[in-house]
Amino acid sequence: MIRSSRDFWSGLIYIFFGVSAMAVARDYGMGTGAKMGPAYFPTILGALLVVIGVISIVRSFTLHGAPIGAFAFKGLVLVCAPVLLFGIIVRGAGLAVALPLLVVISAAASVHFRWRTTLVMAAGLTIFCALVFLKGLGIPLPVVGPWFGG
Amino acid sequence: MELLGHLLLGLQTAASPVNLFYCFIGVFLGTAIGVLPGLGPTATIAMLLPATFVLPPVSALIMLAGIYYGSQYGGSTTSILVNLPGEAASVVTTLDGHQMAKSGRAGAALAASAIGSFFAGTVATFLIAGFGPPLAAAALKFGPAEFFSLMVLGLVASVVLAQGSLLHAIGMVVLGLLLGLIGTDVNSGTQRFTFGIFELADGIGFVTVAMGMFGLGEIIRNLENEDARSVMISKVTGLWPTRDDFKRMVAPILRGTAIGSALGILPGSGSILGAFAAYSIEKKVSKNRAEFGKGAIEGVAAPESANNAGAQTSFIPLLTLGIPSNPVSALMVGAMIIHGIQPGPSVLNEQPALFWGMIVSMWFGNLFLVVLNYPLIGMWVRMIMIPYQYLYPGILVFCAIGVFSLKNTEFDVYFMALFGVIGYVFSKLGCEPAPMLLAFILGPLMEEYLRRALLLSRGNPMVFIQRPISLTLLAMAVLAMCTVLIPTFSKTREGLKD
Repeated sequence: MIRSSRDFWSGLIYIFFGVSAMAVARDYGMGTGAKMGPAYFPTILGALLVVIGVISIVRSFTLHGAPIGAFAFKGLVLVCAPVLLFGIIVRGAGLAVALPLLVVISAAASVHFRWRTTLVMAAGLTIFCALVFLKGLGIPLPVVGPWFGG
Repeated sequence: MELLGHLLLGLQTAASPVNLFYCFIGVFLGTAIGVLPGLGPTATIAMLLPATFVLPPVSALIMLAGIYYGSQYGGSTTSILVNLPGEAASVVTTLDGHQMAKSGRAGAALAASAIGSFFAGTVATFLIAGFGPPLAAAALKFGPAEFFSLMVLGLVASVVLAQGSLLHAIGMVVLGLLLGLIGTDVNSGTQRFTFGIFELADGIGFVTVAMGMFGLGEIIRNLENEDARSVMISKVTGLWPTRDDFKRMVAPILRGTAIGSALGILPGSGSILGAFAAYSIEKKVSKNRAEFGKGAIEGVAAPESANNAGAQTSFIPLLTLGIPSNPVSALMVGAMIIHGIQPGPSVLNEQPALFWGMIVSMWFGNLFLVVLNYPLIGMWVRMIMIPYQYLYPGILVFCAIGVFSLKNTEFDVYFMALFGVIGYVFSKLGCEPAPMLLAFILGPLMEEYLRRALLLSRGNPMVFIQRPISLTLLAMAVLAMCTVLIPTFSKTREGLKD
C-alpha cells in the first residue's frame, strides 16, 4: 500500500535515471581510481541515485506524505508547447508569425484570457522584439521568414 | 591602510559613469522584478544573462549583482503593502510589515525596511572587503582535494536549506550533477550522454536549465492558483517614521545585520535563513514582544536588515572561493565563466579591479535603492497591480528569444521547454529545483577536482580525510546534515514551506 505517492513516483524517477546513467556509461571506459575514465563519476552518481530512489520507494510504503495534487495539464501544455512551436517555426516563418503565436497560445492558459488585449499585447511585443533584438542586438532571425517569401 | 587602497581602486572602477549606469539599471530592474508578482530573481537573471554578454565583464557582474540585492528590496515593498512576498527572503516581513500598513503606518514600515537595508548593506560591503582577501589567500593553498570537499560542503548546505524533504533535495543534487556531465568529457574527449545529438556536445547550457526550471516552471505553478491572487493595496501614508520608531529600530537593525551577515557567509544559505533567524530572535529579546504579529516595527527592521546583509555576504564564498551558495550566485559563476573569468581565489589577484569594483558597487547600489524606493513608491505600487495574465506571455517571449540568442540555435529553445516540464513535474513531487541547478553547474568542476585529487593520491580515496582542511570541510558538511535532525531546526525548515 503506497502511503506517499510523492515519494513513490520520485523514487521511480531517480531509479530510472540512475540505472540509465550506469547503463549508458558502460560504453565509456571506467578507468581506475588513480586514472578516472569518463564512466567513473557517472557510474558513482548513478549508483547513488539508485540508492536514493530505493530509500524513497521504501519510505513511500511506511511514511505518510502529502498527496501529489492535481496536475495542471492545461497550463503545462499551453506554456511549454508554444515555446516548442516557436523554436520549430521561427527560422522558417519568421518572428512576425512565431512570436504572436507564442503570445496568443500561452495567454490562453490564463482564466482571464481576452482576445482583444492579447492581440494588442502580441503586436506590441512583436514590434518591440523585432526592433530591440533583431535590429538592435543583431540576433540572426528573420522578421518574415522564407516560408512567406521573406 | 591596504584596505583603503583596495577600496579606492574599487571606487575608481565602480564610480565610472558606465558602471554607475549599469549598477543603477541592475537595482532598478531588480526592484521591479521583486515587486512584480510571480517573477523571481533566478529566472530574471537567467533571462537577462544573454543581454550582458555584450558588456565588459565588470559592468555585467555589477549589473547582475544589482538585480539580486535589488530584488530582495522590491520583495519587501510588496510584503508590506500587499502582503505578497515577492521573494522567499521577505516572507517574514509580511508578518508585521503588512499589519503596520493596515493600520496606516505603511510609510514607517517602508522606512524601517529602507534604513535597515541600507545600514546592513553598508556593513556587509565592509565585511566583504575585510574578509575577502584573507579567505582568498587561504583558498590559494587549496589543492584539488580541498576544492572537492568544499563543493561537497556547498551542496550539502544547499540541501539542508532546501525546503521540504531532505531525501529529495539530495536526489535532486545527484541528478543535477549527472545532468551537468552531459557533453564532451574534457579528459578523454568522449561524448557522454549525448545520444548522437550534435548540439549536446557542449552540454546543456545552465541558462537553458535555469530558464526552463525557474522561468517556465514558475509560470505554470503561478497559473495553477491564478484566482487566489487578489490584491488589496493599503494606502501609503506617513512616509516618515516618528522619533519613537527610530528609537525602536536601532537595536533590531544592529542585531539583524549581525545575524544576516553571519548566516549569509555560510555556503548554501543566502538571505532566507538570516531573515527567519533575525525575526525569531527579535521576537524573543524585544521589549515589545507582545506587539509582534500586530505591527511591531522591530519585526520589519530586523529581518529586512538581515536579508539584505545576507544577500550581500553570500558573495563572499562566490568571490573568494568560486563556490556559488544559491541559484543566483550559481548563475553568476556561469556568467563569469562565459566572460572568461575562472571564479576562485585567483580572481582577487588577477582581476583586482573586478573584485573591488564589484564590492564598492554594492554600496552604490544600496544607495540607489534608498533613493529609488522612496520617490518611486507610487510607481512600484502601480506595478504590483499589473495583472499576471499580461505579464507571463511577455516573460515567455523574452525567455524564448533570450535562450535562442545564446548560441543562435533553436535547440536550446526545445530544451528550455523540456526543462519547464521537468521543473513542474518535480515541484509537484515535492522536489526543489534550486539544489539541482547548483549541482548542475558544479558537476563538471567536481568531477575534475575528484579526478585530480585521486590522481595525486594514486587512487587512494582516503586523501579527502587525511588532509586537514579537506577533513574540516567534510566534517562541517556532516555537521550541517546533522542539524536537520535537530527538532527545532527541522521545524523552522518545514515552516519555510508555508
